[in-house]
Amino acid sequence: MTQRWRTGLKQLTAYKSALVGIGILAFLIILSVHTVITIPYDEAVMLWRAGEDVTLDNPRQAQPSWVNLFSSKKLPETIILDSRKGGAGAIKVTVPGERISIIRIEFSFNYEYDAFPSEMNLFFYAQYNQSRPFITLYWTKPGNQQIKLRETVISAGERYYISNDNTLSEYLREYLSSRIGTEIEYEIRPEVALLATEDDSILRRDTATPLKGKYKMTIEALLFESSANVDAKLLVYGKVHGLAGTDHLRRDLSVGILWGAPIGISFGILAAVSISVIQMIIAAISAWYGKFADSLLQKTTEFMMILPFLPILILISIFYKISIWIVLVVVICLSIFGSGVKTYRAMFLQVKELPYIEAAQAYGASGPRIIFRYMIPKILPTIIPSLVLSVSGFVFLEAALAILGLGDPVAPTWGKIINDAFTEGALYKGHYYWVLEPSVLLVFTALGFALLGFALDKIFNPRLREI
Amino acid sequence: MSSGMPRFLKYSLTRGITLIIVVTLAVYATVVIANMGGYVDEIIKGQLSDEINQSIFQNPAYRNLSTEEKKQLVDELYKQEIERLGLDQPFIYRSFGYLTSALSLNLGRARFMSSDSGSRTVRLIILERLPTTILLFTSINLTLFFLSLFGGLFLSRRHGSKIDKAIVSLSPLSSIPGWFYGIFLILIFASWFRLLPYGGLVDIPPPSNTFDYALSVLKHMILPVASWTVAYFFIQTYVKRTFFLMFSSEDFVEMAKAKGVPPRLLERRYVLRPTLPPIITEFALMLIGSWMGAIVTERVFNWPGIGSLFYQAIGLFDSPVIIGEVVIYAFLLAVTVFILDIIYAALDPRIRIGGLRT
Repeated sequence: MTQRWRTGLKQLTAYKSALVGIGILAFLIILSVHTVITIPYDEAVMLWRAGEDVTLDNPRQAQPSWVNLFSSKKLPETIILDSRKGGAGAIKVTVPGERISIIRIEFSFNYEYDAFPSEMNLFFYAQYNQSRPFITLYWTKPGNQQIKLRETVISAGERYYISNDNTLSEYLREYLSSRIGTEIEYEIRPEVALLATEDDSILRRDTATPLKGKYKMTIEALLFESSANVDAKLLVYGKVHGLAGTDHLRRDLSVGILWGAPIGISFGILAAVSISVIQMIIAAISAWYGKFADSLLQKTTEFMMILPFLPILILISIFYKISIWIVLVVVICLSIFGSGVKTYRAMFLQVKELPYIEAAQAYGASGPRIIFRYMIPKILPTIIPSLVLSVSGFVFLEAALAILGLGDPVAPTWGKIINDAFTEGALYKGHYYWVLEPSVLLVFTALGFALLGFALDKIFNPRLREI
Repeated sequence: MSSGMPRFLKYSLTRGITLIIVVTLAVYATVVIANMGGYVDEIIKGQLSDEINQSIFQNPAYRNLSTEEKKQLVDELYKQEIERLGLDQPFIYRSFGYLTSALSLNLGRARFMSSDSGSRTVRLIILERLPTTILLFTSINLTLFFLSLFGGLFLSRRHGSKIDKAIVSLSPLSSIPGWFYGIFLILIFASWFRLLPYGGLVDIPPPSNTFDYALSVLKHMILPVASWTVAYFFIQTYVKRTFFLMFSSEDFVEMAKAKGVPPRLLERRYVLRPTLPPIITEFALMLIGSWMGAIVTERVFNWPGIGSLFYQAIGLFDSPVIIGEVVIYAFLLAVTVFILDIIYAALDPRIRIGGLRT
């Protein structure tokens, strides 16, 4: 028996498709192991479920950074300037006074990209007892004069969503119109107005281009208490982020993409292996004991084969809100009386008549001993191909459940990313990366198992090799 | 043929009865699974209290009663009805009551959803969506069946040629389900080239004349049909080609060839005919699988059939509709299996004429 396995494996290397399949699977398994070690499950769930606190510094629906390598038009990265951290682009000067002290924060950054930022936010961190600080906000374009954006009092955790400020948008539209001498006829978004080149190109939404160079934002804060303090963080959100981009909740997709691999693959393999093994045991019992056991098991199989599998699975997973591993158990329970039982039974009926089984009976081997020691090992090699081939079906089953809005409530999976993308209309809006990343990995997984399975099929079922 | 009819009838009858038993068991399983969370009780009681409320509050005879008194009356009647219907009995007794109403498609009233005609009856909501599902998936299955049948015949004649090898080596692509190819096709043909619609049944607003309407529906069917065709054409052609090759090396085919039977006739009478039963079996498996695949495919293509209804019901947690869907699927599967059994019996001479019976 080991001989057969060894020659089988040796033959495998003769098939190029099998080698490609093994290569893909090896890559995915290494990726999975790497993911599980570097991002522990709890951390992944935390990153995926935490909400704005963790993700507020990420842009919304940004493409992966590497798209810039393939395009002459450079998309912006996120620029974060924080007066608490200091650094070259964030200078804070305090001018103490007797009753009123002044804090000047100057953010400056070089903008060398060909597209506008996706959003701009300014967060304040103020400390005071009673009198709230008064701030004035200025903006300077490269080689231009300063313009005043806003004057206001701020509270401790004040957030200024620059991109959502309609008053500012209208003000900037009028300001720019007067500067170029022609009326701008569309509603120009603040992050576009603040960075646009001031010539005729600004007159149309699709021709407006960002002006490259050094930008400055100055915050002048008047503090009315000696112990008061103001800090600020400027976020100029980019259009690219990290290795995988981000989704509508600003989550870094790489967490979901990476964790999708171990979850999807282990779900598929566990389901395929347990179902095949249990089906084989049922088939062997059915074939060996015959009579009543046989007809009962076969009738059950026929019944289960006409049961609406997916609707019942959906019913269970929606009413009991189960995790992915309990879904796995339910899938196994619903599939153990599948068509495999019929196929394996036919094989076992032939094996049963072989002389060595008769010999085993003659020395007094028990039923279970014959089934587990003599019958199952005999057909094991022939079922390996169908086992490997069935894995991708289960990987896609998990994805299908996720796309229907079911699946595990906490764990990030490929299917859930596709579901989010679909729900958010990613394909309408052109966020292709969002759908393509999990989809391509699913395709890789499926092809890896399929290529290996088809090659194994030819090796272990040589009858097929001829045609 | 004359001695064949009774056997054929007997066969159909046995299969029919078996399937009725299967549907009954499947629906019973659904009832039991659903009611472990008390969802069926909830549906029945919800409907009951709705009805009683309506009958009291809208009955002119009770107009003089105060709201309090009316409420009391409702409570009393409700209790009486629960007892009369046996809803206070243990689940095992109630389950059979639920089974009979589910089998007679008395599926209760939806909590949130309603049919396009405004009805809240689950049966109507589902049955209204059924034709679109049947339209799409019958088209998909027939397209695939005939394409792969001719593809298989074509390849079996050119066994070993380059195109044969190409199709065989493309068959691993079928490990990816049809709905999944749908995502890519939408991306390419709807998002990228803007040639075809993203999904849905017809253009919005729907064309007023029937011809344009049909044309619009056809246009919306292209991508779903194409996605399943890409997914399963190669494997099905491969399987059929292999069947044809296996049967064309049989002795009786060689014999006919030696007799000088023309190739077309040989193919039709000596190869195609004996391969039909396994091909029909394969078609049956595909058709059954496609009812399940429908749920996700319709979600991806936003096709307004029972699959996307299921998806909407999941989103709204409309439990009566969810349970109703499972019941309808059980029926749909059984009816499909029954029809295929009949076709199979009509094609298989062992059943039709009554020869060997293993």
